[in-house]
Amino acid sequence: MSVLPYLVAGWIFLAGCYGIATSRHLVHAVGCLAVCQSSTYVLLLAVGYRDGGTAPVHSDLAPGSRPVVDPVVQALALTDVVVGATVTALLLALVMQVAKRHGTVDPDELSELRG
Amino acid sequence: MADVLTVLALLLVAVAATAAVAVRDPARQALVLAVLGLALAVLFTVLQAPDVALSQLAVGSALTPLLILLSVRKVRRRGQREDGGR
Amino acid sequence: MSRRLRMWVLAVGGLGVAALLAAAALRLPGFGGDDHPYGERAVEASLARRTSNTIASVNFDQRAFDTLGEETILFAAVLGTVVLLRQTRDERQVRPAPERVAAPVRRYALVMLPVALLTGLYVIAHGQLSPGGGFQGGVVVATALHLLYIGADYRALERIRPVGLYEVGDAAGEAAYLILGVAGLVGGSAFLANTLLPYGTFNTLASGGTVPLLNAAVGMEVACAVVVLLARFLDQAVEIERSTGSGNDRGE
Repeated sequence: MSVLPYLVAGWIFLAGCYGIATSRHLVHAVGCLAVCQSSTYVLLLAVGYRDGGTAPVHSDLAPGSRPVVDPVVQALALTDVVVGATVTALLLALVMQVAKRHGTVDPDELSELRG
Repeated sequence: MADVLTVLALLLVAVAATAAVAVRDPARQALVLAVLGLALAVLFTVLQAPDVALSQLAVGSALTPLLILLSVRKVRRRGQREDGGR
Repeated sequence: MSRRLRMWVLAVGGLGVAALLAAAALRLPGFGGDDHPYGERAVEASLARRTSNTIASVNFDQRAFDTLGEETILFAAVLGTVVLLRQTRDERQVRPAPERVAAPVRRYALVMLPVALLTGLYVIAHGQLSPGGGFQGGVVVATALHLLYIGADYRALERIRPVGLYEVGDAAGEAAYLILGVAGLVGGSAFLANTLLPYGTFNTLASGGTVPLLNAAVGMEVACAVVVLLARFLDQAVEIERSTGSGNDRGE
């Protein structure tokens, strides 16, 4: 149990990498990159978890009355979720440009075009 | 009890992520990514991170799949015209 | 590189990374451990500045400079997308034909729209008190507006969504964050330091000094950024065609 979350994060990361390397469609590859990204959130939040802890929000919780989980890693993951989505959008825009200029979105065909 | 929930949510996320990679058609992948977003939101809630769960719910299950579907549509329309329907 | 060779490289690299990750996981502090030195200090600092949501305090006060960086990435990504997806000379716009929407879908979407919009604004406004904040609420507000596309049609969406204004809003959000940072500098302390405003009463909307203001700036930027992004993608998927093409179908 005590290492399972870390191993799951590693599994998600490697699965995403496998998807990117074997992808036959650039949009699919971008989707796999989004999977890779989500592994970092799982890892960060797993590191910050504390048994019996509650969310570090004190609007309805007397400070110090209960242990809270680590807020720092949550703040890191939170901003990256949204920023990561806009970066995904940028990559998808690049894919659209590739489709416009080369008429294909298969990475293998694209490398044949170049060489 | 919380432990069981955590393990279940972790396995759900792992399965959804594997499925998102294994589904090769990008339009279908967008739907699986939405499921992955939902599973991640559940996991983050179980891990006592409501802020991150909220963010993941809004982005992962709505925004990213929508962007992917729109790009697929654009890319397909172009492809169809250029080599006569693929 | 041939496909076969690539699979070999991938297998070797993947196994290596897997082994290293597994070795690292065994040496990490166990899951659910009790030792979180940074977390405890962050909670103390947040309570000292009367911000009840510690995560908002970390994002917009203790690590505000880091958030400025994240925000700039977001801004740059949106800028890049807008530049990449502009209409080029060999493309033309096709007006999508209005289409009938099934009555239940229309009713549901139009009922949900104000509810979702209000939820998003609430999530932004209460970021320093309860789970939520500019990042999450911004996305909710922006996606809520697009319920109009489902409920009515693309033209109705275009009418309430002058993209130019949202682009200005995006820039204004980023600028407001920077100006608040510089205001800290002018006010006699450091860049983005939370010393400008009184900390207020714990657990009220105005508590936390500059946290609510930075939060609002981020909310505005994220909402406008997502609207602009979706507008560009919808334009490409629905309206813009290469000049030789024909046909005017509508989004699914």
